[in-house]
Amino acid sequence: MSTHIAGGDAGEVERVFREAYGHAVATLVRVFGDITVAEDAVQDAFVVAAQRWSESGIPPNPAGWIVTTARRRAIDSLRRSARGRELSRTVVASAGVTSTEAGDRGVDGGPVSDDRLRLIFTCCHPALRTEHQVALTLRLLGGLRVDEIARGFLVTEPTMAKRLVRAKFKIKAAKIPYRVPVASDLPVRLRSVLSVLYLIYTAGADDLVERAQLREEAIRLARAVVALLPDEPEASGSLALMLLNESRVPARRRDGAVVLLRDQDRTLWDRSLISEGQSIVRDCIRRGCPGPYQLQAAIQAVHCNADTFAATDWAQIVTLYDHLYALVPTPIVALNRAIALTETQGPDVGLAVLDGVAGDLDNYYPLHAARGDALYRLDRFDEARHAYHRAAELSTSDADRNYFKLRLHELAGAYD
Amino acid sequence: MSQYLLSTYAADGEPPSQPPSPEAMGAMLERIVALEADMDASGTFVFGGHLHGPDAATVVRMSNAELVMTDGPFVESKEHISGFYIIDADDLDAALGWAGRVSECIGRPIEVQPFAATGRVADQFPG
Repeated sequence: MSTHIAGGDAGEVERVFREAYGHAVATLVRVFGDITVAEDAVQDAFVVAAQRWSESGIPPNPAGWIVTTARRRAIDSLRRSARGRELSRTVVASAGVTSTEAGDRGVDGGPVSDDRLRLIFTCCHPALRTEHQVALTLRLLGGLRVDEIARGFLVTEPTMAKRLVRAKFKIKAAKIPYRVPVASDLPVRLRSVLSVLYLIYTAGADDLVERAQLREEAIRLARAVVALLPDEPEASGSLALMLLNESRVPARRRDGAVVLLRDQDRTLWDRSLISEGQSIVRDCIRRGCPGPYQLQAAIQAVHCNADTFAATDWAQIVTLYDHLYALVPTPIVALNRAIALTETQGPDVGLAVLDGVAGDLDNYYPLHAARGDALYRLDRFDEARHAYHRAAELSTSDADRNYFKLRLHELAGAYD
Repeated sequence: MSQYLLSTYAADGEPPSQPPSPEAMGAMLERIVALEADMDASGTFVFGGHLHGPDAATVVRMSNAELVMTDGPFVESKEHISGFYIIDADDLDAALGWAGRVSECIGRPIEVQPFAATGRVADQFPG
């Protein structure tokens, strides 16, 4: 998960920027109550920092330096504009309050961290559409550039820029608040935050190399949410789910094709991510308050526990899917449960269950991949070939298509 | 404090699939009266109303210094605003909370729109 830095000062400065960006913007939004003012000021401060730090080195508290500089710059530019004079008066008045209670006590202190939490709830407010939530979160908290976010979601830079402008407009016009929701709203609002982070993670999983940054960012933000809301087991569950998925990334590609769990070289799995993820899962189980993310993380923890595919505790996985299906009765959960059933009860039982959900998932390639696998194991090669063809047609990544080509090639051999 | 328009839409010529019984109607009115009392008590209520349908609407425009009228709504569409509240609320969360309660009372979706400006134009551009 380390960022790709060549090393040296430039790399170090870049790393500090990424780390400091979300903190600085969040603090400035609290102080000035305006996202655009905050972003502009933080960007100004980064420009100053890039010049100064290359001459005199990185200061001891770089993030604090950025916040202080950005704040000064924002006040200067607000005083210069007529519109800003009013705002700057109210800010100076309110800053008197905040500086006594919170101040610029540094970036790792409580008040500043709370700023990030406030900002993430603003960015993921359910009154914003999902693609806007995602874009805002990556821009304001992740500090990703507009072109980087655009690449991650396969849209043009102007389209992504427009999304950000519209989202920021709505926050301002509709007065979406900048605060952590009250306890009664927290479950719904947190769900929205967690789903945005997981969406960012899965978007990053579409291309393991090119979009590694999205996965890193999702994990970094999930860690921040867990640190700030340690009593929310679903937040921990979503972090564990990402960590455990991430642990298998090194084994998931071979020669440009997807490598399924069954065929992965398990020695490539990242042991430190696995032990961190599994320890979070154990904590969640102790708390006894299961939710969809915790259950999915638990399923991944069971997979990561097995030294070989054959050693997987499939009965345990089916049980966990039963719990998950009770909470989230979607066709996709039913599909994954059916795939696990194929391992415990055999491909004939699995296929029957798969056919039961097929109607809802006819355009979802994993259904056809799972059917192809079950049919292959039942020696029904013609039908298997048909299913793999359909899966290849529907899949969206080259790596998946390449995998299905391999399977079809094997099937051609099975006739001989 | 900001002001928000909470509006509900009705589809043209959409009769309720089952006309509500007098009891159900009475219960709904009671809920609305209680809700409006809460709005009053919290200083939320600014104005509200229930509108006649598009059949009762007239569009007026000045053309060559002459008043021209057209029977019917400005935009022919299946849906039209059938009722609304204008409320004072601290922020969108507060407005959404009230909108949720209105929706619960009347069993219909509510659109929440922030005002860009309210009151008399003269008050916004003094001098």
